[in-house]
Amino acid sequence: MDFDNTKPIYLQIVDFFYENILVRRWQDEERIPSVREVAVMVEVNPNTAIRAFNHLQELEVIYNKRGIGYFVSKDGYEKVLDIKRNEFKEQTLPDVFKQMRLLDVTFEEVKNLYDQHEKE
Amino acid sequence: MISINSLYYHYPKSGMVLSNISTHFEQGNIYGLFGKNGEGKSTLLKIISGLLRAKSGEFSVNNENWTHRNAPTLEQLFLVPEDFELPKVTIATYEKITGPFYPNFSRKQFYDLIAEFKLSPKHHIARLSFGQKKKVLIAFGIAVNTSILLMDEPTNGLDIPSKSQFRKIMATIADENKCIIISTHQVRDLHSLINHVLVLDETKVVFDASLVKVSELFWFGKPKSTEDSALFTETGFGGKSVMARGDKDETEVDLELLFSAVLMENTAINTMLKNSTHV
Repeated sequence: MDFDNTKPIYLQIVDFFYENILVRRWQDEERIPSVREVAVMVEVNPNTAIRAFNHLQELEVIYNKRGIGYFVSKDGYEKVLDIKRNEFKEQTLPDVFKQMRLLDVTFEEVKNLYDQHEKE
Repeated sequence: MISINSLYYHYPKSGMVLSNISTHFEQGNIYGLFGKNGEGKSTLLKIISGLLRAKSGEFSVNNENWTHRNAPTLEQLFLVPEDFELPKVTIATYEKITGPFYPNFSRKQFYDLIAEFKLSPKHHIARLSFGQKKKVLIAFGIAVNTSILLMDEPTNGLDIPSKSQFRKIMATIADENKCIIISTHQVRDLHSLINHVLVLDETKVVFDASLVKVSELFWFGKPKSTEDSALFTETGFGGKSVMARGDKDETEVDLELLFSAVLMENTAINTMLKNSTHV
């Protein structure tokens, strides 16, 4: 995994989980790799991996079955969709709006480009 | 696990190499030991491993006074030095001679790692390249399963794929019972493994904090507005800054930037650290 050097690594691991859940590589109620497996996979200190697991557990995206391992929650997909939608609305879009103002790109132009893109 | 209080050291006919060093190393952490060339990193590791004796100061390992260097503690400690000389034998013979000194040594783990590093037990150590010899030593250092593992510039001499292999291996073995101390200049190689930073400069410990603490207190990156005053800014185009984090989002700790900031703006950085621990 290549790390973005501004975002904390544990949040980058969280993003990696989100992606796996959104593309349905990890299904709801499916067992996911262990803390150790994730730490080895992304080559980080296991403490960093634990932070990512704790974060996802607090958001109820994953849960722990004692002695068995971690699983995607039964509504894990919906939860991630919600989280990522909010992130898109609160972070990605404002950035786009800012660029639009700076470059003087109108909403009409964006809409046309969007329609064109959808047709292709 | 390792407790050092007012430690001093100098080589014969040299000035002080380490003065008034006081620090603790605990289980469950991977410490990164940083410092410019010749600032005593290797010396400190040699003192901890028992190869050198401190001139003065109190020093204990596993609550044992370390001046005695008792065997039960030595069995639980291993140093992978930067420069080393290995006996002119095969890897298999080396394992047979040295393995028995360590009660938790695992032959299986050793030979698994040897295979992973694309070496064979039949290889003669003397005929290996520096990087390959280093791999033998790293494999051995891991297979001894000591509770204290010291590594001096472990990624020096390793090729690019082996560095990634090394990080995976370290992520596999790090656990709450192990105390790992790694000295390095190759910050990028080990950044994702380290969770506590110790910086030596001008014979002293000038910084000693966990990365959780550092990312709580400091912010790393290019500030969007010029209103915020930086504690330290790199020179050059696109130079990044270290700032007080305040209520800004957490950023990943930039170890190279932190290292420069610690050397250049030591008082400012440490004042923030001290104030936070008093609150």
